[in-house]
Amino acid sequence: MKATRSMLYIPGDAPGMIQHAPIFGCDSILLDLEDAVALTEKDSARKMVATFLSRFDFKDLFVTVRINGADTEFFEKDLEAVVPCRPDAVRLPKCNGPQDILAADRRISEIEEKNGIEPGTVKLHAMIETALGLERCFETATASPRVTALTIGGQDFTADMGVQKTKEGRELFYARCRIVAAAHAAGVDSYDTVWADLQDNEGLLRESKEIVGLGFTGKACIHPSQVATIHKAFIPAEKELRRALRVVEAAEAAKREGKGVISVDGKMVDAPVVARSVHLLELAELYGIERGGF
Amino acid sequence: MKLLKNAAAGTLESSDCRVCVSPADGVILEYNGANSVIFADRTKKLVDDVLKENDLSGAKITIQDQGAIEITIRARLECALERAAEE
Amino acid sequence: MKNVINSLGRLVPTEVPGVGAFMPYSAPFDRIAAMRGAAAAQKPLRAALPSRDKRAASLRAAIENSGLQDGMTISFHHHLRNGDAVIPMVLAELQAMGFKGLTFAPSSIPDAHDCVADYIKSGLINKLYTSGVRGKLGQLLSSGEVDIPVVIRSHGGRARAIEEGSIKIDVAFLAAPSCDCLGNISGCTGPSACGSLGYAITDARNAAHVIAVTDNLVEYPLSPKISIPQYHVDQVVTVESIGDPAKIATGAARITRSPVDLRIAQDSFRLMKAAEVVRPGFSFQMGVGGASLAAAVYLEEYMAEKGITGSFGLGGVGGYMAAMHDKGMFRTVFDVQSFDAVVTKSMAANPSHIEIDASWYANPFNAGALVNNLDCVILAALEVDTDFNVNVLTGNDGVLRGASGGHQDTAAGAALSIVVLPSFRGGVPSIKDKVTTITTPGETVDAIVTERGICINSRRPEITEAARKAKLPVIEITDLKNEIEKLTGVPKPIEFNYDKLLAAVEYRDGTLIDGVYAAK
Repeated sequence: MKATRSMLYIPGDAPGMIQHAPIFGCDSILLDLEDAVALTEKDSARKMVATFLSRFDFKDLFVTVRINGADTEFFEKDLEAVVPCRPDAVRLPKCNGPQDILAADRRISEIEEKNGIEPGTVKLHAMIETALGLERCFETATASPRVTALTIGGQDFTADMGVQKTKEGRELFYARCRIVAAAHAAGVDSYDTVWADLQDNEGLLRESKEIVGLGFTGKACIHPSQVATIHKAFIPAEKELRRALRVVEAAEAAKREGKGVISVDGKMVDAPVVARSVHLLELAELYGIERGGF
Repeated sequence: MKLLKNAAAGTLESSDCRVCVSPADGVILEYNGANSVIFADRTKKLVDDVLKENDLSGAKITIQDQGAIEITIRARLECALERAAEE
Repeated sequence: MKNVINSLGRLVPTEVPGVGAFMPYSAPFDRIAAMRGAAAAQKPLRAALPSRDKRAASLRAAIENSGLQDGMTISFHHHLRNGDAVIPMVLAELQAMGFKGLTFAPSSIPDAHDCVADYIKSGLINKLYTSGVRGKLGQLLSSGEVDIPVVIRSHGGRARAIEEGSIKIDVAFLAAPSCDCLGNISGCTGPSACGSLGYAITDARNAAHVIAVTDNLVEYPLSPKISIPQYHVDQVVTVESIGDPAKIATGAARITRSPVDLRIAQDSFRLMKAAEVVRPGFSFQMGVGGASLAAAVYLEEYMAEKGITGSFGLGGVGGYMAAMHDKGMFRTVFDVQSFDAVVTKSMAANPSHIEIDASWYANPFNAGALVNNLDCVILAALEVDTDFNVNVLTGNDGVLRGASGGHQDTAAGAALSIVVLPSFRGGVPSIKDKVTTITTPGETVDAIVTERGICINSRRPEITEAARKAKLPVIEITDLKNEIEKLTGVPKPIEFNYDKLLAAVEYRDGTLIDGVYAAK
């Protein structure tokens, strides 16, 4: 699957933005039915998102829909309207543990079956937004093969912890580390939370570089002007790329020659290192950096 | 579908439209906006299609178009109809 | 009235009543070659007895002295833009003096000057030559309520028309931000400073009689900078104010935050880079708003990073171009019209910020206008068609609401002409089978950049190849048109009454490229 560095939030009730989704340059979008939509407009946003999903060409964008939580009256209706339109994934807010995933998974499976959609088509992204959810995030990530990403909701998480969200983000440090480790352990993607200050792209770049360093595979954002900054943070360093290329070429050679052991510069290389090297080269391609170009 | 009351959906923001519907015997369409002349035929067809899909033979529909694309007009119209059909 | 179809398939008159005969447009440069050696119009000699003071007692006295009569042609410049007070002041005086049937021939009409519509209705003006028509005036002319001949010309086309004699200016009224008692004029200083007086210079040189109207009479001689020398000026009138300074400068142009415009800007810059026009010594003209201006931000970053210095920036000059010049990114700026206060200051202070007249800028019938030396121009548009023709004059409803400006001139002259516009606006596609009015022929447009793809004219296969190689989102214009119509639906073309010509649209060489007709 293509790497998704950026995920742009678009309110589900904002047709003027949704119609331009393919031109923002982001790798994925999130059509929001939850916090960005007023209680009185839940039905119109749901209708808007479903109509766009079934009639609009999002090109090669990865499209997710954030539905309302299972504890709301909108949860069922959201799934019923959205799943038949086959978004790439549904983002489930406030996942407190595997039971939330299993409940959603069951409902999605029923809807897929009823609509003749191959089971498992619509993926689930689990949002970790509470201390309890954080404690159970690995179980959440592994509760169903439908789960392909964990994502941290910074605003709600800090509220749940009773602390202030700051630009420095120390209050999220543990949660980020834990989520990103759980995601890697479960073999799923991980998305970092949004940067709220639209005027401060330097802060966004600093934070983005930090979360790339922690191992996140992507970061959410709230405005198209943030996309380029996030992508900048994901640019692999040339030195890293050269090493990755040597690893991948060695792995390819080993495979050709039927060797089980891969070695680079006389040192053995493990499978996870090969996987990371492949990922780096794929990332590089997104920046138009091709093999031999570094 | 059966319309029971007056209802509306949408906004007056740019690229959106505001659709008001009310029960009526025939189809009465009032279409307003900066480009209502050049899009009159397109919009009439869109409205007829949506009414047909919902088994409606009549409705009074007013659309204030702020530059919406077809998908948006359709979504707003369907939403307004659903709201009007609610008990 | 006889009509013919020109080479672009447009119905144009062979004669505009009260104006004269016109040839239909045939090709961008055909007529230029044919004109070589043709005689220019005879200019009246303005021999004046020695004088130490040309001040007239009042505007009215100056008009009386000028010999202006009913049916004559008056000209103005539009450098003061929406702050201009001279056009309304002079027209009011002429109306009060009982004039009738004048030809109004300003370089363009500021958007705010709704009064022009009133003076057409009153009969003071019964013929109009301009670059653009907007607002109440556009609505009046398009309504068909009044029936006066209107000819639309580009800035270069107007300079040509004046020099060849198609426009014979009887009296030019020049708003003069600084002026001395013998008529030396500069636009750089004074309470109503506007920078370049490029369009006014052409008028001053060619008019039969020139009246300078100033609110800033300076001690003789005006110095250090003189844009229009005293030997072109017959009278000087002092008034309280020639303009509202707050409305003259549009202010420091803000870079757009619209994601659509930014995407267009970025792709335009990428196209310039792919086409390899951004080289040391390159020359450039850009617009002052939206995507066109934003493209300069990407360009500047790249030039700074690569250490590239351009030879000149041209045009209507805005603050961003002036700033790039001040930073040394362009060696020279040629300025026919300044767009904000910063530019005015830069022109006064920086010797390589050079004031140019309209003919130097864009006249096709001289020995070489600056537009011909442009490596790249970025131009905005209202709509384009699948033949790359551009409309900057009429709206979706067929109503006059734009200006020809320097569009045709720069598109024809520049090595790479890029037209930028969103693929749809207000829900209406910008790419048509046929534009409502052709102002710039597709033969002179190399690329159209929208937020949803770049269309490159098939006449430029090498640019297509370069763009594809750079992995730019190149798309056939008909495919893009279809893609957009899938979103918006297909608008019904407006129908026109071809018996009712509202305005004749000249190409820069004086042939008619199109007509604006009344909508049915």
